[in-house]
Amino acid sequence: MAEQQDTRIGTQVNLPLSKAVEISFNSVKIRFGRSLITVSGIVLAIAFLMSIWVNTDIINGIKLAGDPKLDLILQQKGIDTDPDSAASMQEASKNTWLVVLSLLVCLVGITNAMLMSVTERFREIGTMKCMGALDGFIIKLFLLESSFMGTAGTIIGTLIGLALTLLLTMASFGMATFTHTPWPSVLESSILAIVIGSVLSLLGGIIPAYRAAKMEPVDAMRLEV
Amino acid sequence: MAVVRTQQVKKVYEMGDFSLQALKGVDLEVEQGEYLSIMGPSGSGKSTLFNMIGGLDKPSEGKVYIDDVDVAQLDAYELAWLRCRKIGYIFQSFNLIPVMTALENVTLPMVFAGLTSDEARDKGVDLLTKVGLGERISHKPYELSGGQQQRVAVARAFANDPAIILADEPTGNLDLNTGTEIIELLRLMNKESGVTVISATHDHKMLTVSDRVVWVRDGQVDRIINREDLKIEVGTIDGHAE
Repeated sequence: MAEQQDTRIGTQVNLPLSKAVEISFNSVKIRFGRSLITVSGIVLAIAFLMSIWVNTDIINGIKLAGDPKLDLILQQKGIDTDPDSAASMQEASKNTWLVVLSLLVCLVGITNAMLMSVTERFREIGTMKCMGALDGFIIKLFLLESSFMGTAGTIIGTLIGLALTLLLTMASFGMATFTHTPWPSVLESSILAIVIGSVLSLLGGIIPAYRAAKMEPVDAMRLEV
Repeated sequence: MAVVRTQQVKKVYEMGDFSLQALKGVDLEVEQGEYLSIMGPSGSGKSTLFNMIGGLDKPSEGKVYIDDVDVAQLDAYELAWLRCRKIGYIFQSFNLIPVMTALENVTLPMVFAGLTSDEARDKGVDLLTKVGLGERISHKPYELSGGQQQRVAVARAFANDPAIILADEPTGNLDLNTGTEIIELLRLMNKESGVTVISATHDHKMLTVSDRVVWVRDGQVDRIINREDLKIEVGTIDGHAE
């Protein structure tokens, strides 16, 4: 065995993506409890984003309908039927701030959860590097992991946000909600929310993945955590 | 042929205002196929020397040659290649990947070496059978005892037919019997495949199977004792080691 080896040093090749996908997917699956906490943060932020967008879409649809009965309900709820009024504008900018804040919290949440995951697994990462894993592979592993959780959380969040908003508006406007909802723009909001959530989870994974990749193989030998 | 050669290796750790000399010029040659133990009290520079030999750390001064290649000259890709194919690592705390089965742990280095899944699987099953775990290939690490986990780690270290096995206190987390079993397994694999085994250890059970024992003290090689001389000295080893 050992005798047959030549002394030439080769260059380590990068692994196919499929292997990284397999390893990171299993990793998320097995640490399901931990993953769930990370995911729930994303779910909340995206559900909030969706509820604000879809609510605006539906209210706009109802306003456009020009039904006097519905306008009366709108007025009772304190919503200005004129979209260009100062109150509506203020409302819109307040919503934007809330959305941006919730997304920021979501981003920090993902980064934090992934950083914890990296610290927890320093020995595992060091061991993989001792086995010949390249920095790029470790980066892929952690980015994939955060995108898996991010995408799952985003989709669940979008669905929850959509369902809750529809239920709430139905409580106020009854079946009219469905006839006046501008479905194309709701669909547009959903897609946008999914894209934003996925991009955020990818962004949140960058710093932790980089930190993991820069770990030294010697760390695998360390005994204390 | 010397598989590992160190020339006047020095290592200095900068710690703020003062610097710590962990190694003060170590010359060591490790022959192919030999079973070498490195002993020394903690803080002696034993671990630093061990990491140097394993290509895990670079010297501040001096050279380390693994298979006649100067480790300092290698880039990240070549170092990864070296770690993947030339060196097999065994750790004190086993370091199996907890989310993977025994077989997946053993095949991971093969995957890094570019083997196909089928090739890796066959070879992994062979290796696990060799270390006596043929029945437990799909167990997760937490379903195995310490000794069994270390056996998986031994199988994993041999995954890519390395030239050198580096074992860092391989019996440190094991009881007397399982420790002896692991040492015997390592010795057996060493004789069968002609692989060089280098281990850092406190464990005196290790001495009886070693071809040579290197004592490190205060950043320098204190003395090197060959197997033949070792047997005579065994009675007094305790006094010398610590």
